[in-house]
Amino acid sequence: MNPVRLLPRMPLHVFLVVIAFLWFIPTLGLLITSFRTPGDIVSSGWWTTIPGLFQPGQFALDNYLRVLNQEGLGVAFRNSLFISVPATLISVIVASLASYAFACMGFPGRRLLLVLVVALMVVPLQMTFIPVLPIYRKLRLAGTYPGIWLAHTAYGLPLTTFLMYSFMSGIPKDLFDSASIDGAGPLKTFFRIVLPISVPALASVFIFQFLWIWNDMLVALVYVGATPRVAPITVAVANLVTNRGQNWELLTAAAFLTMILPLVVFFLLQRYFVRGILAGAVKG
Amino acid sequence: MLKTKKWHPWVFVGPALLILTFFFVYPAVATIWRSFYGSGQELFGPNVRHVGLANWRYVFTNPTMTRALRNNALWVGVFTPVTVGLGLILAVLLDRVKYERVLKSIIFVPAAISYVGASIIWRFVYAYRPVGLSQIGVLNALVVALGGEPQGWLILRPWVNNLLLIAVGIWIWTGFSMVIFSAAYKNIPRDLLEASRIDGANEFQVFRRVTLPLLRPTAEVVGVTMVVQVLKVFDIVYVMTNGNYETEVVANRMYKEMFNFFNYGRASAIAVVLLLMLIPFMILNVRRLAGQGGVQ
Repeated sequence: MNPVRLLPRMPLHVFLVVIAFLWFIPTLGLLITSFRTPGDIVSSGWWTTIPGLFQPGQFALDNYLRVLNQEGLGVAFRNSLFISVPATLISVIVASLASYAFACMGFPGRRLLLVLVVALMVVPLQMTFIPVLPIYRKLRLAGTYPGIWLAHTAYGLPLTTFLMYSFMSGIPKDLFDSASIDGAGPLKTFFRIVLPISVPALASVFIFQFLWIWNDMLVALVYVGATPRVAPITVAVANLVTNRGQNWELLTAAAFLTMILPLVVFFLLQRYFVRGILAGAVKG
Repeated sequence: MLKTKKWHPWVFVGPALLILTFFFVYPAVATIWRSFYGSGQELFGPNVRHVGLANWRYVFTNPTMTRALRNNALWVGVFTPVTVGLGLILAVLLDRVKYERVLKSIIFVPAAISYVGASIIWRFVYAYRPVGLSQIGVLNALVVALGGEPQGWLILRPWVNNLLLIAVGIWIWTGFSMVIFSAAYKNIPRDLLEASRIDGANEFQVFRRVTLPLLRPTAEVVGVTMVVQVLKVFDIVYVMTNGNYETEVVANRMYKEMFNFFNYGRASAIAVVLLLMLIPFMILNVRRLAGQGGVQ
């Protein structure tokens, strides 16, 4: 590019590069630190390793092995998977069934119920814990996988239903006419026509909901927080902060473990993630 | 519309309605009711006493609670304009550079990770070690390199520490705001911007007179989303300070009343306060989504 054109644009580039650094440096520091020994971490800043970044011997996986095995993060990581995969599946199924009825069928109270769904997107979860938890304890659902699956399904339902509804209400209605001429009932129409067309929306909602559940700490604290056998990685890491707040070698490795799956999902499926955000800019 | 028997739709919405009733409708009513009853870990029973407005008096007069309410206001007042403004500016500026995609990814990544992860990232940036020891947190290292004294940032109450917590929230949510603005900005016909440039408007005027008015509806959506998120702020505070050093927020206070002090009465009142703060935005959302064709 010729320098005369480049010059007036310098402030623009400088501003953007500063922003990029502000957004990137903190994560880089965490990542590098998680591979350093405790002694190295406290004797020099992580940035001092950058000149020799590719020299062997500076970094090791010890911190990861330690948090995974001794600090219980291996179990917590597995718990997170056991929580988020089924919970996401259940909520997407329940939401698509409901949104199918909302988008494609007429019934009394439909509009009112839709308004309720939209309103519930904003309700703070704090409004729900106190009455639900005693029931959970009585039914022995507190501290169990089914208990937290159900809770996540419920709390994600307003948004997932609304997202699926807005997609399904765009499906051309003449498709249904041909289906009913063929004698297909509502269930058949759902599986043969509506569900296949909705695959892109389903993918977005699935990814969105999965990340939300994987990253959740509050719902897990409330319903399974006291049960380490079931508690997810976010809860385990928060406990690590309380108990070993100055052990940066453990905290940084643990934090990166919570992030690794979301990061993979993000970079592989960014398109769907963005689409979910654009459709659901109102998430509560 | 699909032709169905009368009971068909109810089979499909049934599960969702049952779940929503059990997890939202019933609890909302019960929580409001419980906020007029005393401490204890039960919803009702012989040990749960009616206390009138005592919990409500506590909510609005107890110093920790008023601190939490003021902090929530501070979060809304700082977090919202910065995430909305910075997201908008970045969306417009990044449209003009060739490395747009890379930078957008970098700024957007924090939206995908957990609050817990982000909080540890920033706790490490703010890490403090006494004078003389080598600083391992980026912020203190910078301060020392510039000739200053290292600070225990998270205990500098009430302004510095609260603002530094808010910065974490901004770091997480700016990418979200940017992505929405960017989509809206790229939808503006280029001819429209080009025409005003030909009419002699400079870039700043084009932004103020053309872009900004066209992005106004988007800004409202993003703004509402940000306020809704920030009023419920919990994880960042829970992990970084647990509300100590005057960084308490409403949601964290509710959690403490519920799980540390087993005072379901006060916890209920605090939850209702949170709901009351959110109701205006709930109405805005319903109007927007149910009003203009969102819900037919």
